[in-house]
Amino acid sequence: MLAFELRNQLRSRWILGYGLLFALLTDALLRFGGGGPRVVVSLLNVVLLVVPLVSVVFGTLHVSGAREFLELLLAQPVGRGSLYVGLYLGLGLPLAAAVTLGITVPVLLHGGAGTPGLGVLLAAGALLTFVFTSLAFLAGVRFDDRAKGLGAALLAWFAATVLYDGLVLLVATLLADYPLEAPMLGLTLLNPVDLARVLLLLQVDAAALMGYTGAVFERFFGSSLGVLSATGALLLWTVVPFLLGLAGFRRKDF
Amino acid sequence: MTAALEVTGLRKAFGRLPVLRGVDLAVGTGRVTAIVGPNAAGKSTLIKCVLGLVRPDAGRIVVLGQPVGADPGYRHAIGYMPQLPRFPENLTGREVLAFLADLRGGDERAEPLLDAFHLQGALDQPVRTLSGGTRQKLNAVVALRHRPPVLVLDEPTASLDPVASGIRKDRVRRDAGDGTSVLLTSHVMAEVEELADDLVYLVEGTVRFHGTLDELRLRTGERRVERAVARLMRGAA
Repeated sequence: MLAFELRNQLRSRWILGYGLLFALLTDALLRFGGGGPRVVVSLLNVVLLVVPLVSVVFGTLHVSGAREFLELLLAQPVGRGSLYVGLYLGLGLPLAAAVTLGITVPVLLHGGAGTPGLGVLLAAGALLTFVFTSLAFLAGVRFDDRAKGLGAALLAWFAATVLYDGLVLLVATLLADYPLEAPMLGLTLLNPVDLARVLLLLQVDAAALMGYTGAVFERFFGSSLGVLSATGALLLWTVVPFLLGLAGFRRKDF
Repeated sequence: MTAALEVTGLRKAFGRLPVLRGVDLAVGTGRVTAIVGPNAAGKSTLIKCVLGLVRPDAGRIVVLGQPVGADPGYRHAIGYMPQLPRFPENLTGREVLAFLADLRGGDERAEPLLDAFHLQGALDQPVRTLSGGTRQKLNAVVALRHRPPVLVLDEPTASLDPVASGIRKDRVRRDAGDGTSVLLTSHVMAEVEELADDLVYLVEGTVRFHGTLDELRLRTGERRVERAVARLMRGAA
């Protein structure tokens, strides 16, 4: 099941184009943006915005778009659980591979193998892919209507990438007179996109860019406990929606 | 008559809308049973319950002695041919067949079927380039090649050309002769007349008639199935 899904996706021009997009972008940044950490930070901004968006769109369409074929598969003697896992990895793995290769290949060609933060950037890209594919599958399972599912998934993307920052900023301004370090830390842990950003910025020593909370973040996320809890939170963001989607998929009427 | 497929007291509601209100029916071994009825009568929901796509609220379905439920094993016995086949666009027909064979395991007889439907030439093209009729033939091969003892066909000859449709119908009759039990839906009464032994008439989630075509003719006083069913629909019989 998995092997087959992989083959189908790898042959899809969209996934190829997605990988190429990253390759071109990375190459351009390496040529014009100087080397090292600055390129990593520029790429981070692209990864944080584009990876969740693409994962969400592909994920929802993957579940609700191939409805008829899914019904045919469900009529075969296979359990629903293994079908769901196959569908999920069949999309998540190629998407993650497209991001990883799209960034790695140009970096290696430019001889930047040891760039600080590169490993974290790649890990963030892969983890965010799985997080948002999980969320998209959940939306696709919950809503029969393709447009509704896509809408819900896009809303999640918008909330995590754009709205959340605004809200955090609002809270910070309104409560500027109070000690906000701990709540801000909590708010960051609640958003997978923010988590990925903070993790990486700390790796490239750009924590000072994050203003006064930067120091708090550095103390927390710089420690091994911080890195562990951030990674744990990202994994939770992958596993919980995945399991909710799986439970819905098992109960669903097609 | 032993039943290959037996449905008892099947109920299903989507939200507050009852779709099946206690359906009982049996498909005898080696017999072809056609489900007919107006739109929204519950035909596809009934079929989906048999395939395990829809979970019934109440009732029992038994396929060759195996209850339909959490264990997907009973579906080894079923070959399903959906009305509108959609296959992954980027794969070739051959890859789709290989994948589905992999999912099912077991013996197959794809080659003679591919010859019969003149599909060999089209198999190495990506599915997205195939015409609707060719996809439908591929669909038929998928359903038939494992020699399943029970066939579920949703509008089996829709979008087939007359030649392929003829092959398809001959195949159904021949398989039934070999002991395969067939459950099919159709809107084409001529096709029902040609293929079916038994007819189930479903309205608003209830079985209004279940018997052989001869019994139907006797009950309605019409010789042609089309007119007999029309009479059932008007509620005259």
